[in-house]
Amino acid sequence: MADVVLATYGITKTFGSLVACDDVSINVRAGEIHAIIGPNGAGKSTLISQICGTLIPDQGRVELMGQDITALSGRARALAGLGRTFQISQLAMEDTVLQNVILGGVGATRRQWHFIQPILSHHDLREQAEAVLERVGLIDDRHRQTAILSHGQKRQLEVAIALMLKPKIFIMDEPMAGLGLEGSKQLTMLLDDLRHQAPILLVEHDMDAVFTLADHISVLDYGKVIASDDVDAIRNDPVVRDAYLGKDS
Amino acid sequence: MISERMINIILIGLLVIIPAWAYLADEPFTITLMTRAVIFALAAVGLNLALGVGGFVSFGHAAFFGLGGYVMGVLAWHAQSYTPFLEWPFLIEGTQSMPVIWVIAVILSALLALVIGVVSLKTTGVYFIMITLAFAQMMYYFSISWSAYGGEDGLSIYVRNSFPGLNTLDPIQFYSICFIILMAVLALMARLVKSPYGLALNAARQSPKRVEAVGLDLHQLQLLAFVISGAITGLAGALFADLNRFVSPNMFSWQLSGEFIVFIIIGGVGRLFGPVIGALVFVGLEHFLGEINDYWHIYLGLILLLIVLFSKTGVMGLLVKKEAHHG
Repeated sequence: MADVVLATYGITKTFGSLVACDDVSINVRAGEIHAIIGPNGAGKSTLISQICGTLIPDQGRVELMGQDITALSGRARALAGLGRTFQISQLAMEDTVLQNVILGGVGATRRQWHFIQPILSHHDLREQAEAVLERVGLIDDRHRQTAILSHGQKRQLEVAIALMLKPKIFIMDEPMAGLGLEGSKQLTMLLDDLRHQAPILLVEHDMDAVFTLADHISVLDYGKVIASDDVDAIRNDPVVRDAYLGKDS
Repeated sequence: MISERMINIILIGLLVIIPAWAYLADEPFTITLMTRAVIFALAAVGLNLALGVGGFVSFGHAAFFGLGGYVMGVLAWHAQSYTPFLEWPFLIEGTQSMPVIWVIAVILSALLALVIGVVSLKTTGVYFIMITLAFAQMMYYFSISWSAYGGEDGLSIYVRNSFPGLNTLDPIQFYSICFIILMAVLALMARLVKSPYGLALNAARQSPKRVEAVGLDLHQLQLLAFVISGAITGLAGALFADLNRFVSPNMFSWQLSGEFIVFIIIGGVGRLFGPVIGALVFVGLEHFLGEINDYWHIYLGLILLLIVLFSKTGVMGLLVKKEAHHG
C-alpha cells in the first residue's frame, strides 16, 4: 500500500528455545498511531529492538518507506528516519535541557565533526531546538540541568529529542511509564497532535492512553500477533479479551 | 564562593607570577619546578579529554608520553652524534629543532593512539583499563630491549634542542615555551568541549544509547577523542624529555600513567583546569614533602583519599559552588 510508512514482514526472533517474536507482520500507515499491546513477555520490546536495529531478526525484514532497512545499524536507521524514545529515559543528565535537544540535531545535520564554533552559536539548530521545546512545553526549562527535571518532563524531553530528527516515524517504547494521571494526560495530548507530523508506533501499557490515542492496535501474545485491527474491533475481540484485556481490566 | 572562571584566571596568574618572581630573585630551580608542573599539566590535559570528557579511563597514557620523549631523544641523539636516523630508502637526519620534533611527536603519538584506540575502545570499563595498560607496558619493555637507543639506561642529550630566536637553555625562556603551549592547548580544549563535537562526546559518556539513537557513531566519537588525547600527551612527553635532556624507559612506566590520573582526580575530573591544579599540587608536594621525607607519597595518598571522599570533582569542586547552568 502506498501510504505504509513502516512495515515488518514475518519477523522471527528466538532466544534459545524461547520464540520471542513469531512471524510478526505489522504495517504503520501515514497519519496514524499504531499501538502494540500485550502482556509482559509477549515480545513487544523484542519487536521494537528489531525495528530500531539493536537486535537483528533471525528471519523476516523491516521496511521504511518501502526501503529494506533490516541490515542497517541502529544509527543508520535513526538517520533514515526512525525517531525513537526509550522506555527508560536516555538523556545526558549533566547537560541542560536545551543541549539535549540540540544534540538531536547534531547527527541529523552531520555536524559532529565541527570542532571550533560553539554549539550554541549554531543558530539554526538552536532555533529549531527552541521551537521543539516550545511545542513539548519545556521552553521555560531550557537552561535547567536535565537531572533535576521531573519524571514527566524527562518523558517530554525524550519526545523533543526525537522531534529534532524530523523523523518519518516515531517509535515510542512505553512513553507513559511511571507517569501520574496529570503527566500522562499531558503527554497524551502531545502525542495526539504529533501523529499529523509523522505516524507513531506506540508500545504502551496504559490502556486509557492506548484507547484514546490509537487508530490501530496490534495485540501480541507469546510472540505472535493474535489480532490487528482498529480500536473498536480490538475492544470487542473475544480472543484479545481472553488473552489480555480480560485479565487486566 | 568563586566561579570556576575566576579560579582559572588565578591559576594562570600563578603560572605567570611564580616564575616571574623566581626569575627576578634568581631562583632557577623554582622555574624548573614550574616547568615540570606545566608539562605534567599538559600531559594530563590530554588524558582529561579521554578520561574526563569521554569517560574512558586510560591507564596507559605513559605510552604517548614516552613515545613523545623518545621522538625527541632519538632525533636529537642522531643529530648530536652526526649519524642519520635512516639512510634507505630515503635519508632522514636527526634534528635538534624543537618545532620539528613537536610535529613528529604529535603525529606519531596520534598514530599510536589510533592503533591502541581501535583495539581497546571495543571494550569498556576494567577491560579498557587493562588493555591500555598492556599497550603501555609493551612500549616500556620494548624501550628497555632496544639497546641501540640506550636500553634501560636511556639516552642523554647534551644540549637542549633549539627554538628559532630563543635561548632554550635559559630556564625562563624554556618555561615560557611550555607555558604558551599549555595555554594554547587549553584554549583549544575550551573551544572543543563547547563545539558540536564536544556536545556529542559529552553525551556519549552520559548516555551511549541516546547518542546512537540520534544517528551518531559512538565509536568514532570516542576514537577521535582518544587520538587527540594521545597526541597532546605525546607533545608533553617531547617537552619533558627536553626539560631533563634525558629519556629513559621510565617515561613509559605505569606509575606515570597512574600519576596522570591522580593529577586529574586531584584537580577535578573533566574540568578544563583540573589537570593544572593537580600537576601543581603534585609537583609542590613532591618538592616540599620530598625534602622532609623520602616517603612523601604517603601524604599524597592521604590527600587523594580526602579529596575523593569529600569532593567528586576534586579541588575545583571544593572551591566552586555548583553553578547554575546557563546556555
